[in-house]
Amino acid sequence: MGDQTLRGIFWRRFSRNSLAVAGGVIVLLLFIVAVLAPVVSPYDPNAIDRHHVLMPPDIHHPLGTDDLGRDVLSRMIWGARISLAVGFVAVGIATAIGMMLGALSGYYGSWTDRVIMRFIDIMLSIPTFFLILAVIAFIGSSIWNIMVVIGLTHWMGVARLVRAEFLSLKEREFVLAARAIGASDLRIIFRHVMINSMAPVLVSAVLGIAGAVLVESSLSFLGIGVQPPTPSWGNILTLGKDNIEIAWWLSVFPGLAILITVLGYNLLGEGIRDSIDPRLWDRERG
Amino acid sequence: MSVYLLKRLLEMIPTLFGITLISFFIIHLAPGKPTDIFTELNPKITPEAREKLERYYGLDKPIVVQYGIWLKRIVRLDFGESFSSDHRPVMDKIWDAKKPLIERRLFVTFLINVLSMAVILAIAIPLGIFSATHQNTLYDKITTTAVFIGFAMPSFWLALLLMILFGVHLHWLPISQLKSMNYGSLSLPGQIGDLARHLILPIFVSAFTGLAADSRFMRSSMLEVIRQDYVTVARAKGLPERLVIYRHAFRNALLPIITLVGLSVGSLVGGSVIFENIFGIPGMGQLFYMSVMTRDYPTVMGILTIGAILTLMGNLLADLGYMLADPRIRAR
Repeated sequence: MGDQTLRGIFWRRFSRNSLAVAGGVIVLLLFIVAVLAPVVSPYDPNAIDRHHVLMPPDIHHPLGTDDLGRDVLSRMIWGARISLAVGFVAVGIATAIGMMLGALSGYYGSWTDRVIMRFIDIMLSIPTFFLILAVIAFIGSSIWNIMVVIGLTHWMGVARLVRAEFLSLKEREFVLAARAIGASDLRIIFRHVMINSMAPVLVSAVLGIAGAVLVESSLSFLGIGVQPPTPSWGNILTLGKDNIEIAWWLSVFPGLAILITVLGYNLLGEGIRDSIDPRLWDRERG
Repeated sequence: MSVYLLKRLLEMIPTLFGITLISFFIIHLAPGKPTDIFTELNPKITPEAREKLERYYGLDKPIVVQYGIWLKRIVRLDFGESFSSDHRPVMDKIWDAKKPLIERRLFVTFLINVLSMAVILAIAIPLGIFSATHQNTLYDKITTTAVFIGFAMPSFWLALLLMILFGVHLHWLPISQLKSMNYGSLSLPGQIGDLARHLILPIFVSAFTGLAADSRFMRSSMLEVIRQDYVTVARAKGLPERLVIYRHAFRNALLPIITLVGLSVGSLVGGSVIFENIFGIPGMGQLFYMSVMTRDYPTVMGILTIGAILTLMGNLLADLGYMLADPRIRAR
């Protein structure tokens, strides 16, 4: 029945999982909104309107306005760009570092492994959010700095994952065969072993994006992340907190956007995990 | 067992060393000198005065020497003097021995973290077990959905929503500070009640994400255990289901939770920056935030180190707990 290639099985399992599809749709919508921000946002996100300050949601401003009369919906649409960019770049950096160190650790073993594992232990015992906060505050909070610092502090999980994959794969026949025909270490690591450990890395990357989005919005909320006037969901929430007694819409909508986005990435990640793992395939014929 | 414990303690030494290394160098690799905060605020400062200031804080020495000096001091838990206007020793700001316990920042953070950990375990464990023993029922589906939402919930947003609901609209709970203005004039039970009212929202917020994670984890751990042969045997010999679950399965299912609890100490401590900041709670997280904003280097380095030590302690306690709970490890 149907396409029996790995890709075919994956898509069939994935499309049957309605939660995973929902996650995928959320992420896709976020993409579209972020890319089309200049087209779909009803107002200029930075246009100040002194006559319509802190207006509750109505026909003209469906999500209300902030303390400078800026349209909250427009600011949230532009904020989606920040959220998307931070998520992908930060996780890209974290995944690259994690794969590199995990591969070295798992493939070479002995003291390389011990040094890297100890480094991971150290990184894991410093409360991550403290570290990020300190570094960002000292080097300045440009969006690039935020992405890099989140990336530099979130690679440990991937490294452990890749290490475990390497440990179990490096003794397998196909690796021995590659070595027997004289393949270099680099070639074995990248062309043979790494390729085979990509599935769990992909899953952890998608879930990692969710985490990075949360960290960015927390930083922006605390005033250390994306700086106004650049709109981000976190810094709109800061205004929500400042105007908590009078403007509930500034608190409710951006937070909802973060919640749905993170939920989307999580559902997508879990969905990919369930569809990609051959050990789960025989639970139902796929 | 004591050999294992000793080995575990010895292993902590290089980790601790690495933590101090990172805390120190990350701060010092930042552009600009720590004393810039003084010199920038005072444009009339002479080069001589600036040099004197740098010498006073030991900043004229090579960075490696500075690290050595700092390391030698922190072994005695002396993190130096704060750069803020009060110039108090960092340790005094974190743990002021002259004040009552509840006014010491480290104690406040510790108290909130311990209480929220207790809340997490008290709710997550029964929730997870019930989910596992009623797998695929409506109840299980509802909790699974709730857990997904819990994972995705930004804790600071939850805090804002709760503040709007309970503070602004219902006026049931105070939304900031740890104590009311009239705290000093209250009786002891009154004081405790007052503290409790102020702590409900912060503890709930800080427990929320962990609640989702731990109940999920408990569910899968329990699911794994109840599929095992010895549980089937227990059922087959006619034990009531309650005994099978709570006497036989429960204990083994609990083991991985112990590790998880140890590992979550770091994120709990890190999260204290967020909720202490939102609720205006005078704890270590709030002090960290203020120190970061004012570039108070000694305090920042001190709190980074203390936070890491707390995390290590949490991991160690989890290992010990695991050892006590699992006879297979105890025998080793």
